[in-house]
Amino acid sequence: MPSADGKDYWLARPSTIRLLWVVFIVILALTVLADLFIDHHGDFGIDGTIGFYAWYGFVSCVVLVIGSKALGVLLKRKDDYYGR
Amino acid sequence: MGASLALLLPAVLPGLVLIAAGVVLLRLRGTVRDVVVLAAPLIVLWLIWVLPDGTAGNIHWLGYELVPFRSDRLSRLFGTVFSIMAFAGGLFGLRQQRRAETPLAYMYAGASLGVVFAGDLITVFVFWELMAVCSTLVIWMAGRGARGAGQRYIVIHLLGGVLLMAGIAGHIAQTGSLAFDAMHADSPANGLILAGFLLNAAAWPISAWLPDAYPQASWSGTVFLSAFTTKTAVFVLLRGFAGEEILVWIGLIMAFYGIVYAILENDMRRILAYSIVNQVGFMVTGIGIGTEMALNGAASHAFVHIIYKALLLMSAGSVMFMTGRTKCTELGGLFRTMPITTICGIVGALSISAFPLTSGFVAKSMIVDGAARDHLTIVWFLLTAASAGVFLHAGIKFPWFVFFQKDSGLRPPDPPWTMRAAMLLLAFLCIGIGLFPAPLYAILPFPVDFVPYTGSHVVSQLQLLLFSGLAFFLMLGWLKRTEAITLDVDWLWRRLGPAAARWIDSGTTRVAEALADRGWRAVRRTLETIYRHHGPAGILARTWPTGSMAFWAVFLLAAYLMLYYL
Repeated sequence: MPSADGKDYWLARPSTIRLLWVVFIVILALTVLADLFIDHHGDFGIDGTIGFYAWYGFVSCVVLVIGSKALGVLLKRKDDYYGR
Repeated sequence: MGASLALLLPAVLPGLVLIAAGVVLLRLRGTVRDVVVLAAPLIVLWLIWVLPDGTAGNIHWLGYELVPFRSDRLSRLFGTVFSIMAFAGGLFGLRQQRRAETPLAYMYAGASLGVVFAGDLITVFVFWELMAVCSTLVIWMAGRGARGAGQRYIVIHLLGGVLLMAGIAGHIAQTGSLAFDAMHADSPANGLILAGFLLNAAAWPISAWLPDAYPQASWSGTVFLSAFTTKTAVFVLLRGFAGEEILVWIGLIMAFYGIVYAILENDMRRILAYSIVNQVGFMVTGIGIGTEMALNGAASHAFVHIIYKALLLMSAGSVMFMTGRTKCTELGGLFRTMPITTICGIVGALSISAFPLTSGFVAKSMIVDGAARDHLTIVWFLLTAASAGVFLHAGIKFPWFVFFQKDSGLRPPDPPWTMRAAMLLLAFLCIGIGLFPAPLYAILPFPVDFVPYTGSHVVSQLQLLLFSGLAFFLMLGWLKRTEAITLDVDWLWRRLGPAAARWIDSGTTRVAEALADRGWRAVRRTLETIYRHHGPAGILARTWPTGSMAFWAVFLLAAYLMLYYL
């Protein structure tokens, strides 16, 4: 996505975006690995297991997005529906 | 409570001071106006902290006791954040061309303070209605486009006022007391009071007024609106209905409602409006749980939420002010030329997501941990899922679609310095409270028995949020926005109601026309009959020859004679 003067900000370059993904995945892995050294003293059993918050957060979001899309099929209208 | 304070009271009542400042500001122009805009909330903040705890200024009225001023830890907490908010909003809105907006917003904020420092239900009600009127005027300040939304907003809130007043009347009849203290929704009257409170909290199913009306206000008006009505409702629920179990479930519905509708939304300010409902849902759930920990969580969450939500809406308002656009489909790539707005928006987004080192983290985790300590299994799992969803719908979605995403080609600079200063102030507070939560914990209603920064808390929150972020970017294709809106419960009165009215109207018109048609025909027939008999050609209007008259007279006389002799 070059800007008008031909060169774009470093943040928008494909190489930067690839680097950001790598850094992001490393951080994700580190947060899960940290579970090996931390006692979560889970109140409900399962929440004390390794990587619980990781998969629970991920699955919650996937379910929320899919659920929203399904609801959207029923409830979505053009944005001039109410004649704005 | 000293007699001197009671004498001074009308002049030092925090709500009335801010309302008076608003009235005065309507007439002021130029530098004096700017000085009063900035000084008034600070004076109110000072008052809130110098006025002692307790009640004052009690008025005996029709055998009841009105308590216009009652200060305690809870009211001081809300009063503090309301006055900080008024200051930041006033600073942000200094450039607003519609000069009545900030004065009206100050009256609105003053009315909220009036509720917060009210010791009886009648005082609550009076300020409650004043809030509804002033906030509607703030919405209408945005001009023609906001007229319909403002009308729907005021009708809903007047309805809420009716519920509240009916409840208060019943409550007084039952208990004989006006006092506004903890109660239970165990009678119809108290149920009505609860319903009136919940309506202002945008509780589902009557949530739609908020995302309908708030985003229609001006770039600065929405900032004010986001703070006061819903959080005053949180305050009265904390005061009146702590531990009311139904609130747990209402709050959870609100939390998920906000997420789902925000995921489907295209307008950046409507995304943030839905996210208000989501956030108030967390607070309402905390109030429903009702333990000291959860109530502290709800109160502190309200405090920090006002700050980061205002920051998010200021960031969105700056984009709107500079570009005139609000739809995600028309925005993107603004980080290049609006660095301060972008950074402040991201700070707000991280705070609302409760990222460690931000204000949301030190507050919201108290509600979620409150559920865990009470062993409310389902509630805890749902709250945790909703926390992940907050990052999805507000934490990433708002900054991503507005400031990054595609390059929209727009190259607006950052907004004027007053707006930048207001954003930086609130961003500073978000980070400051996140780093040093102790001063906030010190002013919460109950003693705080909670350590936010443990290894377990930080790691679990980072996992939850970062993996939500992963889900966001993996499903980005599904999250791309189109120019669409999502139907809500307000469809009932925006579409079904008018359609039903039109249908009934056309039906009654048909019947009325049929009846009128018959009536006209009857009238015409009568007239025709009269005309036939009495008209120029009618039998009764004919000219009669004098001879025939004489003949008939003679005939009648002869008949009379004959009958006489018979």
